Amino acid sequence: MRPISYVRVSDVDEAVAAVTASPGRAFLAGGTTEVDLLRLGVIEPDVVVDINDLPLAAIEDLPDGGVRIGALARMSDVARAPSVRERFPGMSEALLLGASEQLRNMATIGGNLCQRTRCAYFRDGLSACNKREPGTGCSAMDGANRAHAILGTSDKCIATHPSDLAVALVALDAVVQTIGPSGARSIPIGSFYLEPGDTPDREHPLEYGELIASIDVPGNPLAGDSFYLKFRDRESYEFALVSVFAAARVRNDRVDALRLALGGVGTVPWRARRAEARLTGGSATVEEFAAAADEELRDAAPREHNAFKVEFARRVIVRALGQATRGEKS
Amino acid sequence: MRMEQSTTGTRTRDIVIRGPVTEPVALTVNGSTYAVELEPRVSLLDALREHLDLTGTKKGCDQGTCGACTVWVDGRRVLACLTLAMTCESHEVTTIEGLAPDGEPHPMQTAFIEHDAFQCGYCTAGQIMSAVALLQEGNATTDEDIAEYMSGNICRCAAYPNIRDAIREVRDTASGGAARGGAAMEGADKSGPGKGKNKRKGK
Repeated sequence: MRPISYVRVSDVDEAVAAVTASPGRAFLAGGTTEVDLLRLGVIEPDVVVDINDLPLAAIEDLPDGGVRIGALARMSDVARAPSVRERFPGMSEALLLGASEQLRNMATIGGNLCQRTRCAYFRDGLSACNKREPGTGCSAMDGANRAHAILGTSDKCIATHPSDLAVALVALDAVVQTIGPSGARSIPIGSFYLEPGDTPDREHPLEYGELIASIDVPGNPLAGDSFYLKFRDRESYEFALVSVFAAARVRNDRVDALRLALGGVGTVPWRARRAEARLTGGSATVEEFAAAADEELRDAAPREHNAFKVEFARRVIVRALGQATRGEKS
Repeated sequence: MRMEQSTTGTRTRDIVIRGPVTEPVALTVNGSTYAVELEPRVSLLDALREHLDLTGTKKGCDQGTCGACTVWVDGRRVLACLTLAMTCESHEVTTIEGLAPDGEPHPMQTAFIEHDAFQCGYCTAGQIMSAVALLQEGNATTDEDIAEYMSGNICRCAAYPNIRDAIREVRDTASGGAARGGAAMEGADKSGPGKGKNKRKGK
């Protein structure tokens, strides 16, 4: 690992000031991605600003029945917070199905949102990669791309977004609260994740020195019955090939309300808006579920090794919609 | 170490920047505080092994995949390879050496021996640190739970069934075979965060 300098800060303004004072600096929270990428030489900050002492770890109820999760709350604590387990079980499951308990004890919610892709060509620090070094090309396009995305891709990048939590958050319309050099702002999660397009190096709208303070998850009557299904190459401690967050309400055999989002298949955590629109108001039948899945996957752009994900995602969606509309949990 | 002035709005602050060369660092490990000289890039794992000669904690992958470097920080199991040592100042680190401070093996260590829960032994320190923490966390009710919550510790000899047997035995012994997966873990409490360590410090 190349040499770095270290700053420990104790309040948010100091943290923002410490980073913005000079280019080439980075916040350091749980470190589970950052220390790894530092060692791999993929990121090269001169100074890391340790924000672990900032008072941003609380998990608080919001008046609308939602929950505000401090950016420094650890994955394991959030997953087991009673408010999250009871009102947002699908989010709790998404957290517990990610990483290992050691990593969940370290990794923060803010860091989880900002984690980088597991694309091997991004991580090796050597291959052509438009995300790591814009303009160098994409080695995954015609390389080993089995784990790569089929939705939201561009001709510059097909890297999959790795977060399970973020899949739940896009389904629940969470809001990212930040504090930066220009003050505080709220970013709806739907505009937080940027599809690669021509600038795969730009993954979110945060400006330099802007810090995530909390994630607000608004109250949602559906969310109490939400669940998360994750399919992967091994049973535990692995990233998703396809995953799904689902919650639905059925009235008089019609799908009255639906939230659906996919992981493992998108360049960003994928809100399945087409499937939601197709099915909402429709009948809760397998035929309708399949039609909704087809609608969602209509523009899927598979490559050589990940073509299986199209049919895989289709089946996962159908299964999840069945469970959700029958009121079954995972 | 150098000071830097940083201005936000009307307020100017002094920011202390340490490194990139070595800096004095105080690390509290197994109840003792050590003064060491470390560069900021040094991981907790390297600090333990190379600077404190606490070589019980093993380096496997050095990228957060294998779990061989599992230690506790403030009583929670974490990966020492992905933790920068400097971030541990003012926190309490517990390693496998801290599980048996008086030379008496921890019940989990005894159970690992009795159940032959290793072959090469390279992953064992991490497995045991994880296993003791698992019982404290209370998520070891079923075999499936044990498998799930131990999945961050890879054993390439595949001693998994024996590791599970060892954990099950300590769980059932500690809880009198009744309240499974509960927090009552005599041995772990003794050497866990807070109580035991502070006592030992005074010895």
